[in-house]
Amino acid sequence: MNAVLQVEGLHKAFGGVQAVADVSFAVAAGEMLALIGPNGAGKSTCFNMLNGQLAPDAGIVRLAGRDIVGLRPRAVWRLGVGRTFQITATFVSLSVRENVQMALYSHAGRLRSLLQRFGAAFRAEADALLAQVGMLDQAERPCGVLAYGDLKRVELAMALANAPRLLLMDEPTAGMAPRERVELMELTAGLARARNIAVLFTEHDMDVVFSQADRIIVLDRGELIAGGTPAEVRANPKVRAVYLGSTH
Amino acid sequence: MTFASILIQLLNGLAAAASLFLVSAGLSLIFGVTRIVNFAHGSLYMLGLYGAYTLIQALGRTPLGFWSAVVLAALLVGIAGVLIEVLVLRRIYRAPELFQLLATFAVVLVIKDIALFTWGAEDLVGPRAPGLSMAVEILGKRIPAYDLLLIAIGPVVLGVLWLLLTRTRWGALVRAATQDREMVGALGVDQARLFTSVFFVGSVLAGLGGALQIPREPANLDLDLAVIADAFVITVVGGLGSIGGAFLAAIIIGVAKAFCIGIGTVSWFGFEISFSKLTLVVEFLIMALVLVARPYGLLGKPQALQRLTTDPAPPLTAPSWKIALVWVVLLLGVPLLADRYITIMLTDIVCFALFAVSLHFIMGPAGMVSFGHAAYFGLGAYAAGLLFKRAGLPMEAALLLAPLCAGAFAVVYGWFCVRLSGVYLAMLTLAFAQISWSVVFQWDSLTGGSNGVFGIWPSAWLADKTTYYYLALACCGAGIAILWRVLFSPFGAVLRAGRDSPLRAEAIGIDLRGFQWAAFVLVGALAGLAGSVYAFSKGSISPSTISIGQSTDGLIMVLLGGVETLTGPVVGAAVYTWVRDAVARHTEFWRAVMGGIILLIVLLFPQGLVGGLKALFLRWKEQRA
Repeated sequence: MNAVLQVEGLHKAFGGVQAVADVSFAVAAGEMLALIGPNGAGKSTCFNMLNGQLAPDAGIVRLAGRDIVGLRPRAVWRLGVGRTFQITATFVSLSVRENVQMALYSHAGRLRSLLQRFGAAFRAEADALLAQVGMLDQAERPCGVLAYGDLKRVELAMALANAPRLLLMDEPTAGMAPRERVELMELTAGLARARNIAVLFTEHDMDVVFSQADRIIVLDRGELIAGGTPAEVRANPKVRAVYLGSTH
Repeated sequence: MTFASILIQLLNGLAAAASLFLVSAGLSLIFGVTRIVNFAHGSLYMLGLYGAYTLIQALGRTPLGFWSAVVLAALLVGIAGVLIEVLVLRRIYRAPELFQLLATFAVVLVIKDIALFTWGAEDLVGPRAPGLSMAVEILGKRIPAYDLLLIAIGPVVLGVLWLLLTRTRWGALVRAATQDREMVGALGVDQARLFTSVFFVGSVLAGLGGALQIPREPANLDLDLAVIADAFVITVVGGLGSIGGAFLAAIIIGVAKAFCIGIGTVSWFGFEISFSKLTLVVEFLIMALVLVARPYGLLGKPQALQRLTTDPAPPLTAPSWKIALVWVVLLLGVPLLADRYITIMLTDIVCFALFAVSLHFIMGPAGMVSFGHAAYFGLGAYAAGLLFKRAGLPMEAALLLAPLCAGAFAVVYGWFCVRLSGVYLAMLTLAFAQISWSVVFQWDSLTGGSNGVFGIWPSAWLADKTTYYYLALACCGAGIAILWRVLFSPFGAVLRAGRDSPLRAEAIGIDLRGFQWAAFVLVGALAGLAGSVYAFSKGSISPSTISIGQSTDGLIMVLLGGVETLTGPVVGAAVYTWVRDAVARHTEFWRAVMGGIILLIVLLFPQGLVGGLKALFLRWKEQRA
């Protein structure tokens, strides 16, 4: 398999609590991989170790063959990893377009200028990205006044700005209405396939997971307990036990 | 040093630590629960000292009179604290944090003048404690019995506070609110009463700290800012919200100061090192070291959970070129119409406008509040004066090199500061400003010490006041134009973005600290330019240009005008300078008037002058439509 992201033997403990234990998996280009599990299973911890926000106690994270453990988030981003957050993180005092332009300027290494006017460059590129996520009509509005679902779209546009090979999306649809959720993930899946981007996402909404993911891996108490196609995972007794609380 | 003298210094230090601990514990308690950085806390301490002085005279110099006076003074200060909370702060808990800060500055000004009115400008030396005026002999050295009592009081108060916080329902509420105050509100606790009670206890501690000092230090009007600086340092070193941390920090700093005095001048390898001169700096050095090693203080935890309570910063709008042009023409025309007096005042205003705009740049759009911005203004002024007088450079060269010197200091200070955020960052900027101030204040041979530097006059072609006004307008106007321009550049956009979400900035490949450091240097250099122009307009400079007072003046100007608009700081600088001058000509109590005006504005226009006028204008337009 031509893996974009390859994770081997990832470990993380907080005090005496083993948050993530010996987790290994891989994501291929163009693939939508869902990481699911009950609350406290270690999904966010796992995520934060992939882009450098947390340092793992042990394990290897390879991006296109290169070990990226120990790199800062900004360095990981430069290697082509886009990220959206569980609680949206955007620049609330800048307009939607400026948010995307910020990512484009950063990608081009043109933020150090003191006297040029910000926003003059990459306008068309920003608008193209906004059109893809359906936010072009709100390009002039400041992010501080947007609805939550729209902020998630802006984050997606920003994550796409450096032409990533991997997208990390932590709870991409949290806080959205059910119909919006499916729309956003269909949009993501379409973009991922068209641009051959690997997508790893965590999600609580099982409708979204089972309808959009190519493959699913299941985390419980820090350990991977199952993995496979949606149909396989759905039929897995261990997964049923974790989610339904029964052992049958 | 012999063992005996080490012990004596240790005891001296512990005695000094007692009052420091009381004040800081009160500050920490209030900050923990209300999230208000209460600049007026030092003023409450000062009131405690003055109050004890007067009450002892009234109640008589007997042990009973003395101790009733101390307790009564502390309780009265507690009531003063409650008044401040109920009359002012309660009305603005929902306003942006910085605005609450402005309100506490106003309270500082008002209390200072109340003290001036009641007790006069002379230092008041209090009596020794009756029954404790003797000295106890320890290892052949004499130590005042009162000091030994103070040493005991610190741990006693710590114990009482600990019992209050851990064993009472009130204490449980205080601890809960320190951790998550919205949650406590959501659980149905009457927040107003909780806040008022915390203010009472915190203020009593400040008052008690002051009252207990009456046999040891004279009551004077400069104590408010001096003590608040000490209390900030101790709370930050100990860890915000940690009473035990405050105790530990008070002891470390009290003892370190005592040893600096005790050691005196020492000769090491042919170098003369004056430790007694280090006394004024040592606490700030300790603080800088602690913050760099442990960003949350010795016993502090990462900042408590705080949800977004205020609206996000609104988008920044660029000032219109046309309006700016009208103003430039007006300002150029003033000397043709006005007298010399107004021209001189406008020169001041122009310097302070650049000072305020540079402070606004760093605290508003860049989101890094500085309590010590006077460092760069003052260092610029001193650099100009020293390059001119001591290095003998031509005035023009000194004027233009001074900003580079201020910028060089900002390179060093900024490197440390950008590693912190929030209140800790603000305190570290204050620490650097105080370090600069005390070096300038004590280095007599170079800086002239407390007298300052004289005879810094501009070259002959600039000597005329009107010509100098045009020079000031050109220099400071250019500085303001540069800062405003930079705010809308990619660099400035990164700063605004980093204020909004450091997490997102990092996630799109931005090395935010590098940008913030560069911003520090830029505003440092331009504040230095303001100081340099100011120095040559006055002809002399004194350490007050680097003082906390100058820093708080800058903060008042920015907050008065409104931190959310670009033109706000300019308006704030003009209004503050003009009102201060106009009021000071009529009454000696200009601070009280100024403080009253600020309080009115705070209560009526919580977005500052320009922000408030804008909102009024928008409402008027809506009504017409």
